[in-house]
Amino acid sequence: MKFSVIVTLKRDVLDPQGKVVQNTLQDLGMDNLKNVRQGKYFEIEMSDIDQKKAEKKVDDMCRKLLANLIIEDYKINKI
Amino acid sequence: MNSSVIVFPGSNCDRDIASALEKMQFKNKMIWHKETKLPKSDLIVIPGGFSYGDYLRSGAIAGKSLIVNEVIKAANNGCLILGICNGFQILTETGLLKGVLLRNKNLKFINKDVHIKVTNNKTKFTNKYSEEQILRINIAHNEGNYFTNAVHLEELKNENLIAFKYSDKKGNIDEKSNPNGSIENIAGIYNSKKNILGMMPHPERMVDKLISNTDGINLFSSLLN
Repeated sequence: MKFSVIVTLKRDVLDPQGKVVQNTLQDLGMDNLKNVRQGKYFEIEMSDIDQKKAEKKVDDMCRKLLANLIIEDYKINKI
Repeated sequence: MNSSVIVFPGSNCDRDIASALEKMQFKNKMIWHKETKLPKSDLIVIPGGFSYGDYLRSGAIAGKSLIVNEVIKAANNGCLILGICNGFQILTETGLLKGVLLRNKNLKFINKDVHIKVTNNKTKFTNKYSEEQILRINIAHNEGNYFTNAVHLEELKNENLIAFKYSDKKGNIDEKSNPNGSIENIAGIYNSKKNILGMMPHPERMVDKLISNTDGINLFSSLLN
């Protein structure tokens, strides 16, 4: 059973890396670009247990280590 | 006074702080992060460096290491804890200090001497400094941009928990004298009991005229006082 976790900075936290990527994309002539936010992506493989249990464990991993909840949000998806 | 310096893989200011502590007559021990017991300590120092290569977030992995449970216990029992640079980042990741250290606003690693103002000289860490004394002190970091929520910021101000602020040579605290974008120019903070200090500047680098200046010495002599 595999899950993806995406960790991003909260909306109201300045993301200077995302800004630099955005500026560079604009320099490359990419138009219609409104905003870029940068984040982290994890793939987590769990042994075969009940899906709900597995999701709960992944959620626990996000809270305890993968994300710093003061500045970051996370999203879990089954893949 | 007995001190312990915690050493993680990637710590690189551990011997500097040990040498500063020994110069100031502390009885110091180096403690590897896999240890599960701390020797009796009056002061625990979490040194600067790049613990675990800054993987995930600066200080995130070290903040969950075995020895940190003992550091948290000692802190709750009133032991003095000093986190410098990466040590400050680790303390925020453990939750012993609130807030977080973000990437420097200009996205550059900054290594230079800056000025900081002692904003509270009535603590165990700063009682040998005069009020609002200005120190010239080295910073060397990529994530030193202190950020916290509005409620905690008010708490820091109301309870006088801001230890140091970045300033210029004359003591002006403004955007120009802010090297990394820290909220309110904050360079170091205490917990509410004031037994834990986290700071980005490196006092252990300022204890010898031969290589820098001696502006860091009074932090150590305050602790001995």
